[in-house]
Amino acid sequence: MNIYSEVILDHYRYPRNFGSIKDPSKRSVLFNPSCGDKIELDVIFKKDKVEEIKFRGQGCAISQASASILTDHVLGKAKDELKKIDKEFMIKLLGIELGPNRIKCALLPLEALHKLIS
Amino acid sequence: MDIKSLKSDFPIFKNIPSLVYLDSTATSLKPKSVIDKEIEYYEKYSANVFRGVYKISEKATEEYEETRKIIADFINAEKTDEIIFTRSTTESINLVAYSLGRKIINQGDDIVTSIMEHHSNFVPWQQLALENGATFKVIDITDDGFLDLDFAMLDKIITKKTKILALTYISNVLGTINPIKKIAKAVKSINPKVIVVVDAAQAVPHMNVNVQDLGCDFLTFSSHKMLGPTGVGVLWGRYELLAEMFPFNYGGEMIQEVYIDKTIFKSPPHKFEAGTPHISGVIALKEAINYLKRIGMDHVRAHEKKILHYAIDSLETEYGKKIKIIGPRTLENRAGIVAFTFAGYHSHDIAQVLDEEGVCIRAGHHCAMPLHNRLGVNASARASFYIYNTNYDVDMIVNGLKKVIKILG
Repeated sequence: MNIYSEVILDHYRYPRNFGSIKDPSKRSVLFNPSCGDKIELDVIFKKDKVEEIKFRGQGCAISQASASILTDHVLGKAKDELKKIDKEFMIKLLGIELGPNRIKCALLPLEALHKLIS
Repeated sequence: MDIKSLKSDFPIFKNIPSLVYLDSTATSLKPKSVIDKEIEYYEKYSANVFRGVYKISEKATEEYEETRKIIADFINAEKTDEIIFTRSTTESINLVAYSLGRKIINQGDDIVTSIMEHHSNFVPWQQLALENGATFKVIDITDDGFLDLDFAMLDKIITKKTKILALTYISNVLGTINPIKKIAKAVKSINPKVIVVVDAAQAVPHMNVNVQDLGCDFLTFSSHKMLGPTGVGVLWGRYELLAEMFPFNYGGEMIQEVYIDKTIFKSPPHKFEAGTPHISGVIALKEAINYLKRIGMDHVRAHEKKILHYAIDSLETEYGKKIKIIGPRTLENRAGIVAFTFAGYHSHDIAQVLDEEGVCIRAGHHCAMPLHNRLGVNASARASFYIYNTNYDVDMIVNGLKKVIKILG
């Protein structure tokens, strides 16, 4: 199965929620030491719900698409709901099969998200 | 060199006929004769070394020690006892940092290395300096990928305070072949006491290496990068230095006599080889060296140089400014390693798409983060060549990159 599915490529080429927020409620930065990838997340919470979320960073198509898909998914969701998003759910959300090395790329945005609410 | 018949010596090409393996810098493939030699030990004389008085233990010991002789000859060591078996190049370097470093490094001393080092020849020295209050100096590179060394000004870097200079022979990213002999000579003329440690993990598998001619004090390399089994590293060191060093691990087979209040250690090399070693691996490494000797290291180097030339030429002709090949432009100073960045695509994506075409290349920072930071890139893709590679393999990269553009747009 090709990991560069239509959905992944679409998010990679036209990332949703890409950029930064001027005065975010919280900001998190995460590195993937195995490849030097970096992801930054900015979020504005309103009444404990994600009102706005933006990401930026350098990374492969998988990590960039994953950030785009994840930020899209969490818009409008409550903090408690964000905590419940786990690895399995994230992989399902991406809809592709990933080997042990690329899974790190795919999960980096989720780690950044969890850091945001911890 | 007949590559077609040579390839038939490597069983992996029978099992995966379409395999295009371009990551020998990480580890090499293994010929049948090496695999057979390892099996021979387990099937014919699988006893421990040095312990038994029975025949199969004597045979195992004899085979094990013969490898030491063959290595000493291969790198022109003065004495066979200067060859120490470790687990890896990494462990060899750590051994020197621990057993010699702890003895000679004091507050205010300098330890010098370079920005092009693999982490294994960087972190042990950095940590040694931190632990002992020494200064850790890092030689920069020029923009074309050479060590930034002005020999007339070398005394700015190497001083009376310098205790250790640790340098790679060949950069695993840039492919740069450093002029170790010239550097060692210049360094020792400034301060004869400087210990010169050479990481030759990318050199010994690919070219003639002569430790006495180089004028260094320690030199390390790994079996698995030179057709041999994984789990065996080699450390060569000058005997008089080895004799003065602390042991590395304490335990079995490294002792002469043990009493309740003291222990007398064996002489080198056994002082540094506590515990049961990787016997089959060491024995099979001998066959790997014999295989390389049958080809001839000059032929190995010439073959890789030809492919390197073809690779740089093909990639730049096809992709022009889209591709940025890292490292020196002169083939004379460059080993068969081509790291590159390509049109803004992430190296993981390049490697992934190429993998789907059966092409194995490396992606990431290749255990050289300080170097990638210096180059101003997060990561790079890397192809590296060995005796079993051909121009066809290069064509497969060129075609694979077309697919990268097609898929990722």
